[in-house]
Amino acid sequence: MNPRAQNRGAAIDLDTVSKAYGSFKALDGVSLRIEPGEFMTLLGPSGSGKTTTLNVIAGFTDVTSGKLLVGGNSVVGVPAHKRNIGVVFQHYALFPHMTVGRNVAYPLTLRGIKPDERKARVARALDMVKMGDFAHRYPSELSGGQQQRVALARAIVFDPPLLLMDEPLGALDKKLREWLQLEIKRIHRELGTTFVYVTHDQEEALVLSDRIAVFNRGRIEQVGTGRQLYDEPATLFVGRFIGDSTVLRGKARSDGTSTALTVAGETVSAPRRLNGETSPVMLLRPEKLAIRRPGQDATGTNRLSGTIAEAIYLGSGSKYEVKLADASTAIVRWPLAGESFGLGDKVELCFDGADAKLLPDDSTADTTLT
Amino acid sequence: MSALEPTTPSAPQRAGWVWRPFALTLPALLLLVAVIGYPLLTIVLRSLSEPQWGMQNYAWFFGAPVNLTVLQRTFTISAWVTLVCVVCAYPYAYLMTAVGPRVRLVLVLCVLIPFWVSGVVRTLSWVILLQDSGVINSLLRSAGFDGIRLIRTQTGVVIGMAQVLLPFMILPLYSVMKGIDLRLMRAAQSLGARPSRAFFTVYLPLSLPGVYAGAIIVFILALGFYITPALLGGPRSTMLSTLVQTQVLSLLQWGRGGAMGVVLLVTTFVLLALAAPVMRSRHRDVGRR
Repeated sequence: MNPRAQNRGAAIDLDTVSKAYGSFKALDGVSLRIEPGEFMTLLGPSGSGKTTTLNVIAGFTDVTSGKLLVGGNSVVGVPAHKRNIGVVFQHYALFPHMTVGRNVAYPLTLRGIKPDERKARVARALDMVKMGDFAHRYPSELSGGQQQRVALARAIVFDPPLLLMDEPLGALDKKLREWLQLEIKRIHRELGTTFVYVTHDQEEALVLSDRIAVFNRGRIEQVGTGRQLYDEPATLFVGRFIGDSTVLRGKARSDGTSTALTVAGETVSAPRRLNGETSPVMLLRPEKLAIRRPGQDATGTNRLSGTIAEAIYLGSGSKYEVKLADASTAIVRWPLAGESFGLGDKVELCFDGADAKLLPDDSTADTTLT
Repeated sequence: MSALEPTTPSAPQRAGWVWRPFALTLPALLLLVAVIGYPLLTIVLRSLSEPQWGMQNYAWFFGAPVNLTVLQRTFTISAWVTLVCVVCAYPYAYLMTAVGPRVRLVLVLCVLIPFWVSGVVRTLSWVILLQDSGVINSLLRSAGFDGIRLIRTQTGVVIGMAQVLLPFMILPLYSVMKGIDLRLMRAAQSLGARPSRAFFTVYLPLSLPGVYAGAIIVFILALGFYITPALLGGPRSTMLSTLVQTQVLSLLQWGRGGAMGVVLLVTTFVLLALAAPVMRSRHRDVGRR
C-alpha cells in the first residue's frame, strides 16, 4: 500500500448492518472493516447483498439497523450529497446535456471552486483517465469504455477519500474490461483513495483487489486476499465461487487425526478432521488433481476412477472434466506436456490427501451459482 | 465495396426504401393540401383582392389602433395561458412518470375525459363557476373574503383557456419526462448536489424539449381561440378571432378577415423563428434509458 494512502483514504466500518425490505433481508448483520487506501471488492452472485452494501455506504439506501462509519464518523442518516463519496455506476450516468468537460467540472462547480482551479483540476482528472482530448465532446459521441473513463474522472475530480464502483465494467467487452481493470488499478495506486468495488466476476476481483469480501444471501461468507480465499476457503460457497473446484461428497468416517470419505464405493482420505461436523465434503483445486490410465503408478495417496467427459484446450494447458462414479464432475488442470486423453477414456484421478480441504456441506452453495 | 453495402441487384429495392414512406404519407399529404393549403391560399388571395386588388385591407388593419390592441392582447393572453399550462402541467406530468401503471391510467383519464366533453359545454360550466354569484365567489365570500371579478375579464379567459389546453402541455411533457433516466439524479447527488440543485441542473434541462414542444402547441392553439374568450370574456378581453368573426360574418368583409388571419399567421412565424435558437437543444441524446 502506498504511503500516501494512509493520509488520503477513509476507513469504513460496517457493524452488524442490516437492511430489510418487508420480510426480505437484503443485508443480514454485515460487519466489515475496510482499511484506509485499501482496494476492497465486494464479490457475490446477484441478490447477494453486495450492491445493497454499496448503496448503504453511498447513502442511497438507509440501513434498518447497525452502525456505519466512514473515516471514523457515523454517516447513518447523512444524505448522499453530504457524504463526499465518489460513485461510478455500471450505466455510466453521465449527464447527456453537458460536454465531457462540464460533466467532470460539475462536482467542482457545486463546491464553489474558482474557474481557474476548476479548469486545471478537470484537465488533470481527464488526463489521469487518458481522456484529455475529449473535453468538448458530448457523452453520446463516446464509446462505452470512454464514457466510463469520463465517469471515473468525474468521481475522483473532487478528491473524495472514498470511491465506490458498482460493476463499472459490466457493460463492456472482455478485452476492454481487462485493459480498464489495469487502468483502475493504476489510478488506485496513484490516488491512494479507498476503493470499494462491486462485481460478480471472481476473476475481476482477483485481478483488482487487496482484499475480497464474498457475499451470499445478505451475509459475508469470508473476507481475505484472493490467495487466502482460493487456498483456504472458509465455506463451500467461497470455495465454489472463487476459481474452479471439485467437490467430493460421500459417507464420512473420522478418527482422531484423519477423515475418510467413501464416494461411490471408493474411499479417499485426508489427514485432518473437521470438528463437530458429521458430513464434511472435500474440495479440491484443479491443479491438485492428476490423471492416470487405470493400473498406472499413482503419485498421490488417493485414487478415484472416472471417465473423461470434456477436454478443453486453454492455450497454456488443458482442462479436463471427469465424470466420477457417483455422476459428479471433477475438474482437472493438466499441463500440455503431460499425456493427453480423449473423450470417454477410462481414467483414475489421484491426489494427495493433504491438498483436500474439508468443509461443512452446504447444499445452497451449488444452487446459488446458477 | 464493404460487405455491408447492398450489391447491385438490390439497387431497385433501395430506391423502394426511399419512396415507400412517401407513398404511405400520400393520403395525409393530400388531406393537408385540401384542408390547409387550399383554404390558406384562398385567404391570402382574398385579403389582397377584395373588394379590389391592393393592400387596402392591410392598410385598414394597421390604421385602426383597436386592431393593434386586440392583436397585442391576443398574444398576451396566449402567453399567459402557456405559462399557466407549464406551471400546472409540469408537476402533473412528473407525477405521471413517478406512479405505478394503475394510478398513471387514472391520471391520463383525468387529462383526457374533459377532451370528450364538448368545448361549449365546458366553457358554459366555467361561466357558472366564474360568474359574480358563481361557485368560486360564493366560496370566497363564505370564507370572509371579498368577491373577485372573474367573468368577462382576461383572468377568466386565461383560466378557461388553460383548462382546455392543459392536455396539450401534459402529454408532450410526459413523453419527454418518461425518457429521463432518474439514475442521473442519484449520480448528481453522489457528486454533491442537494435534491433541488440536482433538479435544476440535470432534470429540468433534460425536460426542456418537452416544455418547448408543449408550449408551442398550446401557444399556437391559444392564438386562434374563439368560443372560450367569446363566452368568458368581455369587451376588454376580445381576441383576434372575435374580430375576424365580426368582419366576416356580420360585415361580410372577407378581405379584412383574411388580412387579419394573415397578420396573425406571419406574426406567429416571426415569434417562433425568434424563439427557435433558444429551443434548439445542443445535445443529441436526451438521456434515454
